[in-house]
Amino acid sequence: MRVVIGEGSCGIAAGALKVRSALEKLLEKETIGSTGCIGMCFLEPIVDIYEGKNLLKRLVRVSEKDAENIAKAVKTADFSKISYLEISSEDEEFLNRQTRIALRNCGKIDPSSIEDYRENGGYKALEKVLEKMLPEEVIEEIKKSGLAGRGGAGFPTWFKWNAARKSEIKGKKHLICNADEGDPGAFMDRALIESDPHSLIEGMLIGAYAIGASDMTVYVRAEYPLAIKRLEKAIEQAKKVGILGENILGSGFSCDMKIKAGAGAFVCGEETALIESLEGKRGMPRLKPPFPAQKGYFDEPSNINNVETFANVAWIIENGGEKFAKLGTENSKGTKVFALTGKIKRSGLVEVPMGMTLREVVFEIGGGIRGDKKIKAVQLGGPSGGCIPENLLDTVIDYKKLSETGAIMGSGGMVVMDEDTCMVGMAKFFLDFTAEESCGKCVHCRLGTKRMQEILTRITEGEGKEGDIELLEELCEAVKDGALCGLGQTAPNPVLTTLKYFRNEYEEHIFEHRCKAKECSVLLEYEILPEKCRGCTLCAKNCPAKAIFGELKNPHVIDKNLCVKCGACSKICRFGAILIK
Amino acid sequence: MDALQSNLKLLEPVLDEFAPEKGSLITILQKAQEIYGYLPKDVIYHIAKKTGNTPAEVLGVATFYSQFRLEPLGKYLVMVCQGTACHVNGSEKVSAAVSEYLGIESGKTTEDGLFTFEKVACLGCCSLAPVIMINGEAFGNLTTEKAVRILKNLREKEGA
Repeated sequence: MRVVIGEGSCGIAAGALKVRSALEKLLEKETIGSTGCIGMCFLEPIVDIYEGKNLLKRLVRVSEKDAENIAKAVKTADFSKISYLEISSEDEEFLNRQTRIALRNCGKIDPSSIEDYRENGGYKALEKVLEKMLPEEVIEEIKKSGLAGRGGAGFPTWFKWNAARKSEIKGKKHLICNADEGDPGAFMDRALIESDPHSLIEGMLIGAYAIGASDMTVYVRAEYPLAIKRLEKAIEQAKKVGILGENILGSGFSCDMKIKAGAGAFVCGEETALIESLEGKRGMPRLKPPFPAQKGYFDEPSNINNVETFANVAWIIENGGEKFAKLGTENSKGTKVFALTGKIKRSGLVEVPMGMTLREVVFEIGGGIRGDKKIKAVQLGGPSGGCIPENLLDTVIDYKKLSETGAIMGSGGMVVMDEDTCMVGMAKFFLDFTAEESCGKCVHCRLGTKRMQEILTRITEGEGKEGDIELLEELCEAVKDGALCGLGQTAPNPVLTTLKYFRNEYEEHIFEHRCKAKECSVLLEYEILPEKCRGCTLCAKNCPAKAIFGELKNPHVIDKNLCVKCGACSKICRFGAILIK
Repeated sequence: MDALQSNLKLLEPVLDEFAPEKGSLITILQKAQEIYGYLPKDVIYHIAKKTGNTPAEVLGVATFYSQFRLEPLGKYLVMVCQGTACHVNGSEKVSAAVSEYLGIESGKTTEDGLFTFEKVACLGCCSLAPVIMINGEAFGNLTTEKAVRILKNLREKEGA
């Protein structure tokens, strides 16, 4: 019997290593194994008990205090004392309703073992490609699958590979993996690299073979040190067994792989900015055309794909493109991984076939809203995306259908918002981000995002004025038009979608000075309900602005002119006497 | 800015390995920061000399990327995540509480050199929102009280 601990970044942040240390004191080292992120972040730390390849028990929210009980159970094969840790059948639905292709090995195999990867079918697709397929045949299989770029653009992968393959520009060909994953709220690629690094290597090798590249680079953002570490180890292991380097598996095909870390710039997720960064320069995007397939890394033909795109490749080669295309909709084939977060009960990684509705993801898989509050919107696509309101939740996950709502599929970040989320605040949040991350090359993006940020800040602070909404709309058009790259072109999307579906919130902020979600603190009013106040003086004693007056045992009053709206009184009142308007 | 003279010899192995490689400037700056804790001005000038770039070009790259620091760090680097999930779960209040407790704005270091406070983009632990990371260790499911308590404990540990 073996005990396998989930050790992705989330698991570790939740305390998995403490659980490991506790178990190592009680069990033999060989009985303790490690796996990556299974994507059920809301249940971490997770400990699985295996008998051979069979999963006997899945224990969740484990702490070091449970180590003794777990060790006893494993030694005696009597699990009755740890039944309190077992995953509930409702929570199991989170995984059961998913279709895992990209995430197929995550949380199952040991990411630091190439043997584990191979035992689970790994590198079989690469063998098939090198022994039996021509590069054109590989591209044909990817074409059949309908695989489209999972980084957000949704461009047909086979087309990019073919363009790079056919490029007549002189020079070496380069295969690059975009692991910059800069969208706040997205961590699909992080989990993939931490939990199944070999599937990235295999997918990339197949791509390199298809386009005729002899070197591969993975550009990983600096903020993912564990992913970098795991990938470095996997590359070393692959080199040792001849899967990377000269004459791979005796096929005559040679290819090398290296990792280059980003240095903290969201714009470097844009492929030409990424190339500039790989060249050691400021990450400022280039004009397209020429496309990277023509002039990429140091002006040589290059092909860039996202991590998740590559993670699907080996499965497609092994099972056939047609099988992948059986899943999904007419214009969106296969599955998509989402990072489901926000005000959701079950937060984590969700991989579903295209064609499932957003409502199903949020309620059947995600379990609905925390505290059973009312859902307000779902934000898709990060700072380039938009908010989809409750009445459109039956929209299916499909590149075309989602863009018809004004949002985009994006890289996979799906943030759920409830009645307590201020939509103007969300637009401001995204503009704070894009204004900061704008590289500055284009006047419209550099100044336009800044001006939009200023207007949104004024509105959330009660200083919105007549004409602000129209000015925002005008700026949105201007920035979209005048920006060179995707960052600027999509920066207005959060504003445009919130204006489209939640215009009333903007108007309430500006004309009524109200924030119904009670998030914009400057717009709130604090009042003491005299019928509930017992005059205990706790609020007055804790008020940092000394704005509360009253005598002991008599109802107190807040002086609205002195109140700084910090909310301290509301937090400390034991009688629910503070009303927030 | 710094009258300090850095020990440039420490950088030799990095320059020997990477300076001849084209496109390696960011890697060199990253390794230099690992050695010195930040990028002192004389190190930047030295890197420029050894890589055939102007100091302006090197500084241009160093100031473009948020990872590079031109000033020394405190003993504890406190990063407060500003990702979407953290925002929706109250990260602004946590940021405000950290800023208030430490008495500094984002990007600054406390006078005793103990804490540097930074607001950072998504750390990728969204299901534990709101999250702060201190010297690479993540702390999740925070409230303003929990966050301040973590910092208080560190201060006490340092006997400050």
